Amino acid sequence: MTRNISLCAAMCFIFAAQASAQTTRDFISIVGSSTVYPFATVVAEIFGKTTRFKTPKVESTGTGGGFKLFCGGIGTRYPDIANSSRAIKPSEIDACVANGVLEIIEVKIGYDGIAIGSSRKANRLALSRKDLFLALAKHIPDPKGGEHLIVNPHKTWKTVNPDLPDVTVEVLGPPPTSGTRDAFVELAMEGGCAQFGWIAALKKNDEQRYKSVCHTIREDGAYVEAGENDNLIVQKLEANSGALGILGFSFLDQNADKMQGAAVDGVIPTFESIADGRYPISRPLFLYVKKAHVGMIPGIAEFLHELSSEKAWGDDGYLADKGLIPMPEEERIRFAENSRQLRANQFSDKN
Amino acid sequence: MNKQSNDKHAVAERINAGLARRHAVERLFRCTGLLALLLGLTFLCALFFSIISKGYTAFQQTYIQLEIDFDEQKLDPAGERIYEVLSTADYGGLVKQSLRTAFPAVTSRQEQRLLYDLVSFGAAYHLRDRILADPALIGQISRVWVPASDDVDMLIKGYIKRDVPEAERRLRDVQLAWLDTLETEARLSLQFNTAFFTSGDSREPELAGIWGALMGSILTLAVTLALSFPIGVATAVYLEEFAPRNRWSDLIEVNINNLAAVPSIVFGLLGLAVFINFMSFPRSAPLVGGLVLTLMTLPTIIIASRAALRAVPPSIREAALGVGASKMQTVFFHVLPLALPGMLTGTIIGMAQALGETAPLLMIGMVAFIVDIPSSIFEPATVLPVQIFLWADSPERAFIERTSAAIMVLLGFLIAMNALAVILRKKLERRW
Repeated sequence: MTRNISLCAAMCFIFAAQASAQTTRDFISIVGSSTVYPFATVVAEIFGKTTRFKTPKVESTGTGGGFKLFCGGIGTRYPDIANSSRAIKPSEIDACVANGVLEIIEVKIGYDGIAIGSSRKANRLALSRKDLFLALAKHIPDPKGGEHLIVNPHKTWKTVNPDLPDVTVEVLGPPPTSGTRDAFVELAMEGGCAQFGWIAALKKNDEQRYKSVCHTIREDGAYVEAGENDNLIVQKLEANSGALGILGFSFLDQNADKMQGAAVDGVIPTFESIADGRYPISRPLFLYVKKAHVGMIPGIAEFLHELSSEKAWGDDGYLADKGLIPMPEEERIRFAENSRQLRANQFSDKN
Repeated sequence: MNKQSNDKHAVAERINAGLARRHAVERLFRCTGLLALLLGLTFLCALFFSIISKGYTAFQQTYIQLEIDFDEQKLDPAGERIYEVLSTADYGGLVKQSLRTAFPAVTSRQEQRLLYDLVSFGAAYHLRDRILADPALIGQISRVWVPASDDVDMLIKGYIKRDVPEAERRLRDVQLAWLDTLETEARLSLQFNTAFFTSGDSREPELAGIWGALMGSILTLAVTLALSFPIGVATAVYLEEFAPRNRWSDLIEVNINNLAAVPSIVFGLLGLAVFINFMSFPRSAPLVGGLVLTLMTLPTIIIASRAALRAVPPSIREAALGVGASKMQTVFFHVLPLALPGMLTGTIIGMAQALGETAPLLMIGMVAFIVDIPSSIFEPATVLPVQIFLWADSPERAFIERTSAAIMVLLGFLIAMNALAVILRKKLERRW
């Protein structure tokens, strides 16, 4: 009995395997960053609705997980496009090359701002990146002077910077697995950290130490890991008006009646200030396209055409409506050119 | 005689002395039990209240009535009425034109943009579907209800407040004035949200529906049930009725019990390695999801089925054997039918677990944005709990109520499954 059933199951597997081997994929497969996900999905949906092609499948795997799949190889089993909230790393390029993925088209789609939000019930803070570093780093330079580090003693914003209010330091933010956290650490913390001359000098001599000083967030409760869900951070900030929260700009934009963004280095996060580069904590978002799959999977070139059209990523495009900060016009023209002509980076030469 | 009654007296006294304390302990125990039950119920009620109070509004959607001029010159100038022409015509232009005629005072480009933002971008596809269903509409002017944008929907439902300063809400003052005009003309109303039950996922909350995820869940569970029930029951019958009791069967038993406690993400990793990388099944397909969930539910079904078999009294087996039935006949005609209700219960518990699982599906690519509704187990699909997770993580505020509504659909599905189990059990159950 058991033998018969397991035989049946085995037969099922074989049939299924044959069936799947016969069906070639006729839709685009996109993987990668959860930050790019809300934008890639809009393009995918409109592409599916307005063309004769099927709607692309967009997986939210995180940037690193996305590249792992993307660089797995060439063929319908592997994704065609990887979303990324940072530029591809050399180690990932190596992995791609090792698996025969030699030509990758890099398309920057726009910028994403990271806001330091707080409840509207509190006063809007004016922070500098240095304040953020001093308030959130695990170790900070001794305020008494000298080139050594002490455990972060700051309990309130006032001790960080006498101009700030006497409120306990409590910042809700994403956990280390999040791309938003990486970007915050690199852009805000490191930006403030490098303002100390002797730490900046470390970068040349002892990069390991420089990174550990600038990138380590304190673990004594002042920084609260609130999960990857920005909506949850919005709810928590509403309930706790003294706290600050680190969240994507689109969440601030959607909740403008409840939340306000702190000014960083004197600039309030708005659509305009991020677009013209004045707001310091913003990062570019990318799509990486496997050139070998163009022609193999139907619709990739047309998808890039849709993405790089002005009605999608332009100043008044639908991606801007969803909270993506458009690139300056000349950058848009450059990347649109690249993606229309499928101009790929040849990675094989580099090795 | 006297001594005996003295003894009795002493015993009664001893019992009486302790009685009050024993009663008190029993009362305390009962109260604790009741308290635990009440606490559980309170949490359950709080959960249901919060989900339903947040989610019930998602079953309605704001619609705007537009007067659309289905101009033949614009839609089908050649008059051929063929699918290619009709499906690619500029329906968005018709929507914009109709809004401009409704508000002729709006002339600046920026204000026109604000005006167009009142209506969902799905309105154009709504018109397209109407024309494709009934090409005779071309050349006529008709009044059509189209979905409003999510911001308008949130305003009508009271989630966006009118009294906050203009800069802090997503609708400008002029837009509010236009909406007021529409409302006084009775061209703005809340209607039943059919799209929520008939469409797949969308990044526009007003177009997003649960049907795609529900289909994905049904297909995945069908694969799971088709594989795990027969395999699980067969394993249980063999282990319980036929297998010799020795070190090997003990080892297998321990392993099955351990397997039931393995975190589900491990099965996802296994599925990725075996089904996708080694057997190259399509990623994100319900087939792979079902296979992975089968691995996860099998131990549950086996353990429950073995318990059900053990609960069948030995007298039934002995009676069957006594009248000359073979071992196999005994099991299949006498033991299995009596054990079936218990096995079904175990299966339903396993399936309910599988229905709520997201972690193993992450590894095999079912945490994805999928618009097209899956129709077979080879097409990419997502499942209900994943859909809930994806919506909960979306910035648009209108997704908050849709998340709660999706949870209600998931709970409804679960209740339906459990009800089916109860009915089957009642039908099959036999007392001895």
